[in-house]
Formats: sequence, C-alpha cells, structure tokens
Amino acid sequence: MNNIQEKPDLTEVERIIAKYNGKDSWLVMILQDIQEAYNYLPEPTLELVAEKLNIPLSRVHSVATFYSSLSLQERGRHVIRVCDGTACHLKGFVNLRDEIERQTGLTEGQTTPDKRFSFEVVACLGACAIAPVMSVGNDYHGEMSAEKIKDVLSKYK
Amino acid sequence: MAKIKTIIDGIEVEVERDSWAIDVARELGIDIPTLCYHPALGPYGACRLCVVEVTKSKWTWLATACDLPIREELSIKTNTPEVIRSRKMAMELIMARAPRAESLFPLAEKLGVTKPRFKCRDDIGNCILCGLCVRMCDQIIGVSAINFANRGHKRIVTTPLHKKADKCIGCNVCVEVCPTGHVKTLDDGSFRHMQTWDADLEMLHCLICDKPYIPAKQFKVISDKLEGIELKRICPVCRRKETVDNLRYAVVEKVS
Repeated sequence: MNNIQEKPDLTEVERIIAKYNGKDSWLVMILQDIQEAYNYLPEPTLELVAEKLNIPLSRVHSVATFYSSLSLQERGRHVIRVCDGTACHLKGFVNLRDEIERQTGLTEGQTTPDKRFSFEVVACLGACAIAPVMSVGNDYHGEMSAEKIKDVLSKYK
Repeated sequence: MAKIKTIIDGIEVEVERDSWAIDVARELGIDIPTLCYHPALGPYGACRLCVVEVTKSKWTWLATACDLPIREELSIKTNTPEVIRSRKMAMELIMARAPRAESLFPLAEKLGVTKPRFKCRDDIGNCILCGLCVRMCDQIIGVSAINFANRGHKRIVTTPLHKKADKCIGCNVCVEVCPTGHVKTLDDGSFRHMQTWDADLEMLHCLICDKPYIPAKQFKVISDKLEGIELKRICPVCRRKETVDNLRYAVVEKVS
C-alpha cells in the first residue's frame, strides 16, 4: 500500500453542498453530485459532507452504501452496466455477460487496472423493448449480441 | 383527549387516541412477543413478531402491533391461527439469519420453531438487524457511532467506513439492548474494549474506591448534558454508600 495518499481536492464538494444550502434533506442529491464530479465517493468527501450538513458520519455512510448507484470504490472511466431484468435475461443476458467478461477480464463489480472499465450487473435499465440492453456510461446499447460487444467497447477509451 | 373504544382479544377498553396497540395489549396482560421493541424508542416494526389480526368493520388484516396507532374503533386478536402462522414464519427467518443465537431459542420454541427450513447464515454473527443498538445510539444517547450499511442480504450494523468507532463513548447501551448478544464488550482494568465496534476507551477511576467505572468519553458527554451541574466522579456503589451516610447523619442530627 502506498502510504502517501493523494488528498483529493475538496473545493468541489463544498460548492455542491453550498448549492443545496447545506440542508441534510438533500443528502442523496449531494452524494449523487459528488459521484458525478469524482466518479466515486472518496472517504474524505463523506467526512466533509457529514461535517457540513451537521449529521453523523454513520448516517452518511449508511445512505452511501444503501444505493447501488453510489460507489465507495474508485470506478473506471466507463461503467458497463448489463441488464439482467426478465426480458434481457430471456434474450441472452448470459451470453453478453460472458462475452464482456472475456473481453475485459472483469467479473461483476470489478474495475480494470488501467481504470478504463468497471463492470456491473443491474436488475433493469428500463428499456425492455430493445432487450437485451447494456449501457456504457450514459449511452444505451440495445438489441445487443455477443458479436457486437467488441465494437461497442472499442468506442470507449 | 378523546377516548377511543377498542376490543383486544374480546376485552373492551377505552384508550387515548394514538396509543400504540402493543402498549394497550401489554397493559391488559396479553403476551405479544417482540425483539425490536423498546419502550424508550419509537415504533419500528422490524422483527415482525408482534403481528396481530386487526378488524375494522368488514375488513381484516395482519398488522404489526408496535407501529399500529389506535385512531378508530378496532377489533384486535392476538392469537388466531393466521397470527401464529405469521409469527412462526418471521421467527424461522430470524433463526435462519442467526442460527446460533442461544438467547432466541426459548422464544423460538414457544412459537413452534425448532429448525428453520431455510438455509442458515453463518457469516454475520448473531445480528438479526433489529436496529435497537443503532436507534439507541442515535436517538437516546445522541452519539450515532454506528449505523446500518449496505442493503438487502448484505445489510449489517457497522461503524462509519468500517473503521474504528471514534465517536463511540463506550456507554454499553448497545450491549444492553442487543437481544442476541451479538454486540460484545470487555472491561479490562483501565480500558473498556467495545469489541464489535473496534473501539478502546480509557476508563476513569472512582475518586473514593479507585475502581475504574466509567469511560472518560461517556463521563464528558453526561457532564455536558448536565449543563453546569457538577457530576461527581464516584462509582454507583460508593455513591449509594455516600447517600446512605448523608441520610444517616441527617436523621441523627434531627433526633439529637
């Protein structure tokens, strides 16, 4: 382990908290915005949020770990989400998952060492009409097949 | 306050509006099992053992008695086959989560659960997620050193960021309320180790008998709450002696 950890710049967090007037009822939105800015929730940001909103750190941690869209681990630049909802499951989710695992060398919840991709399996992306679906970052890719995956992933550096 | 008529197991009572059904039933001497209920805390409804059958006009349903406010005339039954079946299922699920929690065995047996049908967990200790420790720490002590983390089957009670609980004052309330003995503590001379929360607290010694009796952090929190009134650093045993002595002198003075 590297002992000299780079301290993240927390001014962005202060700006986000100020945007919500430091109200604790906006905790989830604040955490979402922090994740948007830092790509994940670094520990110091949670500590700062607890301090600024004047709520216990244990509550911030509880909320941050409750939602699967919030991550306390550093994630890749592009998050691959493969849908395992009913429609996608029936139309070939397993093939997609296996192909992504082969292409990236990741299993569910992991991140590549070069921080290019993170891989998650989700319950439903809400686009059952174009099943099977996967998303990379904010882009949706519908009617997927194992053959198309290599092309799709090559677009994201 | 308006009184509301309600019938529990055939006994007709008049209660204050918004009384909790469980309090009314227990006052009547009706036994309702609970694991997540504590009179000092608000209703929670986590353990599902306090379910009762509620009837309002022609509708009947199962409801947890601990968070059922009585606002209108209800007929409540605490011993129907449906209630027994529901409690048994809840207990079975709890036992599957904490199969080695011996303190639950008598209650489980009473509800007719010997061995749960479900796959038993063995990776989370005896915690049944009743939330008593979390709520006590937050609502009564006001420290909130611990809370839940994660969701679904991964849910656990833990310290913030799974680190040492630096907020913990070592008051041992979590240990006292834990129904399964999952939360552990150990007093070792001048230190109290909150083993489950990974916190070590320095103890203060009684000024009279010199025994360690209270963590310094807890002493400070209580002192702060007293707002100016001085808290004597005397252990409960010595305090009792001192009070008795004071009383005795007072009586002697009065008599003589």
